[in-house]
Amino acid sequence: MKPEKALIFELSQPGRVAYSLPECDVPDIEPASVIPQSMLRETPASLPEVYEVDVIRHYTELSRRNFGIDNGFYPLGSCTMKYNPKINEDVARLPGFAKIHPYQPEESIQGALELLYTLQNDLAALSGMDQVTLQPAAGAHGEWSGLMLIRAYHESRGEKRTKVIVPDSSHGTNPASATVAGYETVTIPSNARGLVDLDQLRAAVGSDTAALMLTNPNTLGLFEQQIEEIAQIIHDAGGLLYYDGANSNAIMGITRPGDMGFDVVHLNLHKTMSTPHGGGGPGAGPVGVKSRLIPFLPKPVVGRREDGTYYWDTDRPDSIGRVKAYYGNFGILVRAYTYIRTYGPEGLRQVSENAVLNANYMLKRLAPHFEVPYPGVCKHEFVLSGKRLKEYGVRTLDVAKRLLDFGYHPPTVYFPLNVEECIMIEPTETESKETLDAFIDTMIQIAREAESDPQLVLNAPYTTIVKRLDEATAARKPVLNCSC
Amino acid sequence: MSEVRDHLFYSEEHEWALPAGGQIVRVGITDHAQCQLGDIVFVELPEVGSTVVAGDSAGSIESVKTVSELYSPVSGKVVGVNDKLVDAPEIVNTSPYEDGWILEVEIDGSLDEALSKLLTPDQYRAIAD
Amino acid sequence: MKHRYLPMTDRDRAEMLATVGVNSVEELFADIPASVRYNGVLPISPALDEPGMLKHMRRLSDRNADSDRFTSFLGAGIYDHHIPVVIQHVISRSEFYTAYTPYQPEISQGELQAIFEFQSYICELTGMKVANASMYDGATALAEAAALAHGATKRNKIVISRTVHPEAREIVRTTARGLDLEVVEVGFRNGVTDLQQLENAVDDQTAAVLVQTPNFFGCLEDIRAIEPLIHAQKGLLVMSVNPMSLGLLESPGKLGADVVVGDAQPLGIPTSLGGPTCGFFAVSEPLMRRIPGRIVGQTTDRDGKRGYVLTLQAREQHIRREKATSNICSNQALLALCASVYMSVMGKSGMQEVSLQNMRKAHYAASQFPAGSQAFSAPFFNEFVVKLPANADVKAVNAKLLEAGYIGGYDLGVHYPELKGHMLVAVTERRTKKEIEEFVREWEACAV
Repeated sequence: MKPEKALIFELSQPGRVAYSLPECDVPDIEPASVIPQSMLRETPASLPEVYEVDVIRHYTELSRRNFGIDNGFYPLGSCTMKYNPKINEDVARLPGFAKIHPYQPEESIQGALELLYTLQNDLAALSGMDQVTLQPAAGAHGEWSGLMLIRAYHESRGEKRTKVIVPDSSHGTNPASATVAGYETVTIPSNARGLVDLDQLRAAVGSDTAALMLTNPNTLGLFEQQIEEIAQIIHDAGGLLYYDGANSNAIMGITRPGDMGFDVVHLNLHKTMSTPHGGGGPGAGPVGVKSRLIPFLPKPVVGRREDGTYYWDTDRPDSIGRVKAYYGNFGILVRAYTYIRTYGPEGLRQVSENAVLNANYMLKRLAPHFEVPYPGVCKHEFVLSGKRLKEYGVRTLDVAKRLLDFGYHPPTVYFPLNVEECIMIEPTETESKETLDAFIDTMIQIAREAESDPQLVLNAPYTTIVKRLDEATAARKPVLNCSC
Repeated sequence: MSEVRDHLFYSEEHEWALPAGGQIVRVGITDHAQCQLGDIVFVELPEVGSTVVAGDSAGSIESVKTVSELYSPVSGKVVGVNDKLVDAPEIVNTSPYEDGWILEVEIDGSLDEALSKLLTPDQYRAIAD
Repeated sequence: MKHRYLPMTDRDRAEMLATVGVNSVEELFADIPASVRYNGVLPISPALDEPGMLKHMRRLSDRNADSDRFTSFLGAGIYDHHIPVVIQHVISRSEFYTAYTPYQPEISQGELQAIFEFQSYICELTGMKVANASMYDGATALAEAAALAHGATKRNKIVISRTVHPEAREIVRTTARGLDLEVVEVGFRNGVTDLQQLENAVDDQTAAVLVQTPNFFGCLEDIRAIEPLIHAQKGLLVMSVNPMSLGLLESPGKLGADVVVGDAQPLGIPTSLGGPTCGFFAVSEPLMRRIPGRIVGQTTDRDGKRGYVLTLQAREQHIRREKATSNICSNQALLALCASVYMSVMGKSGMQEVSLQNMRKAHYAASQFPAGSQAFSAPFFNEFVVKLPANADVKAVNAKLLEAGYIGGYDLGVHYPELKGHMLVAVTERRTKKEIEEFVREWEACAV
């Protein structure tokens, strides 16, 4: 068992340094001679005093206490934890991408603008939309931006619509984004097949409907087969259809939100386009729209002149304004561009096909051992229910914790909310059959353990550097920094 | 099996109400409710002096992985809140009917009428099981 | 097709299809109506092999003027500071960068501790009690601060100084439109917020005053004068700060701020065309449960060992849905790690020294410009405004400077019509005395 890891602050020894600054070759102006004393810091921030070896060993040790895709299988449903290609990392660090400034003259960043312009077009083609903004920094940011576009569209037509409809299986960001965009959320229950209930939808829509937000395939991994009727119902009521792109990994080159009738789309580049999630971010959530919403896009978008040069198009009087400083998470956009070009159109279709076959294979093999709330073909992910294990006192959380002992990152658990003891599995296309088989065998073993020796599962994990943590005390008596 | 006490009045949203002298009603959540929520980590209390309406939110109760509205079972003015819950919200788990009470409401109109709209212990037992 | 990221062989496919009980992959898509199927090949950029990809990307990269090859005096929110080399090594550990949000604490202690340390660093630097795990950038953090102030005070009016970064003000306005808030802008005098205008704008319906210091012009706002104006009306003081300046300047916590936001880009994060950077968000204790985004807390495991978890989660969208304090989910964790490593490297004395060097080099640069060209006399940190000689156009001057190997300052006329012909010049510790002197000479030559 590894000992407790010290905080970097606890390694501090007065007098040590880890920095090397340039020589200060200008006159030593006294701060108080140019800045009023009342604005100057009385006591320096008590940051640690360590040397470079401490820094490297500290963070190396922290990294060893962490689990990424490079460490092993990460079937976290709805998060599309596919392999993060190394070439993406290398090219994003090229000086011409990493060391440029957003306010440099346009003529000095033509390479970057060309990349952004091409990516705008590729994402538009992939999603079946007419124009794309690359500004939003994450999926939720894209949702809010998209809803603000929808709001601007309705307002431009003199309509005050107040409600956004979401299914009960939707991501929590959907209703939260609706609130920030000034909308009231109407949640509709899914039908017995896990899909949008058309009668419920018809009952919920009206002249106050601004939009329906939908993920397709949905968070249960099921394709909304009646998508055209759904679009018809919303459009007939004068509302717009919003596509949450979290599950796009199932459909690249196979179907497009634009062709399904969606008016606004966001894509999660940190899911579908392989950009690394960085332990929580950065992501990127570009938003695509149909032509009637183009005037409202955040400014600027990248334009191309007849002479082949590229420019920031800021002359957009109907724009909703800015949603992010500068032009979005450019470094992430470079990686996504590289990913798209690593596969090309046929390759991306292959990605989706393999992702869907992997998921169906896992579902088929796991079905005899867990409850399957929605049997049949799934898309890139599927849900199981662990409720059968409750009779042994074992819950889904315990299954997840036991998986840690076998070196896996557990699936998403307790989401979507409409499935009891939910286990949501998304293998992605970059995992081999051997990896899937080994994980499946482990899941089956844990289900058996739950029956024969529930305590074994309830006390898991055993092999991790810490055991289960006391989350209740953490929230009751918050210790949120080291107050050194 | 959660405990339902015989001398209390109940709401469908799993609050209890106890006449506490005069026009005052003491309010908390039931044993069933605290059990469903799990480890309670924070209770958002209403301000003393504010007005609450029966069936409307008067605060919220957070557990580690969920949050639930606290619906007032009666209408009136908040005349007291249980300050102990600020530092020790877990009291709601350990003593939902006594030390874990949440607020006291002074009822405007008839006390009997307000309480008559609530569930009897037997009626509540039928819901809570 | 064979691809280096795709392991499925023909044999795997055949076996897996047999297990599923279908004859072809196509059958797995039978639930997608034919009318919405895409037939044909998507009109997107064609595939490149690895050597071809590298060549293509280098070619695109080479068409951009980077700050290794050009000497930059451009700031305006994104700065060309030295990035200690250890940072790239740390954030290139794939246990960090290929992880998702730390939902499973037992195998995410590294990331959770790193975030806990980031929160600690931000609290130390800003003098605030609580900091979150990061926001998208400083500008969106400021907009979230306005939303927080509205929620905390139940008031609908946001007062913001025109000396706040113009793009941040635009995002505050976009956000305010969503929440139906009124945004009132206050002008400036001599490069800093006009206190009389501010006093007139603040009333008992004001949720918050939003100020930035050093402000967009590089000038230092008189927070000690601003603070009582908003607190007298029981509104919140929201400060946007440059973390680099806090090695030298008084912490916002000591000045009475209720919410402190900013962009951590100066702390070891590449300029990267302005993103990804990292917003930080810190509050006073009473606002703890209103803070947006992820927060890490310290706790113990079943054996009593110290550990870290995501906490106060009931604020967040995945639990509270439409009633959440914010819709933020993904943040900028990897860039927060950059900032943490930066502060670990700089430490107590390094943060002071680098801050001091920025101030000294900027003041030396200001002294080199012709007498009378500095637009404002207010105290400044590492950026200042110079007025070009009559009729000189900033854009044209910058084009000439670029030819001479310099990335010139920001054209203030773009966002401030009254400051047409004014350039915002940033000088970091990376600039040498010689570079400063040569730049000013070149500037003078280009500006006439």
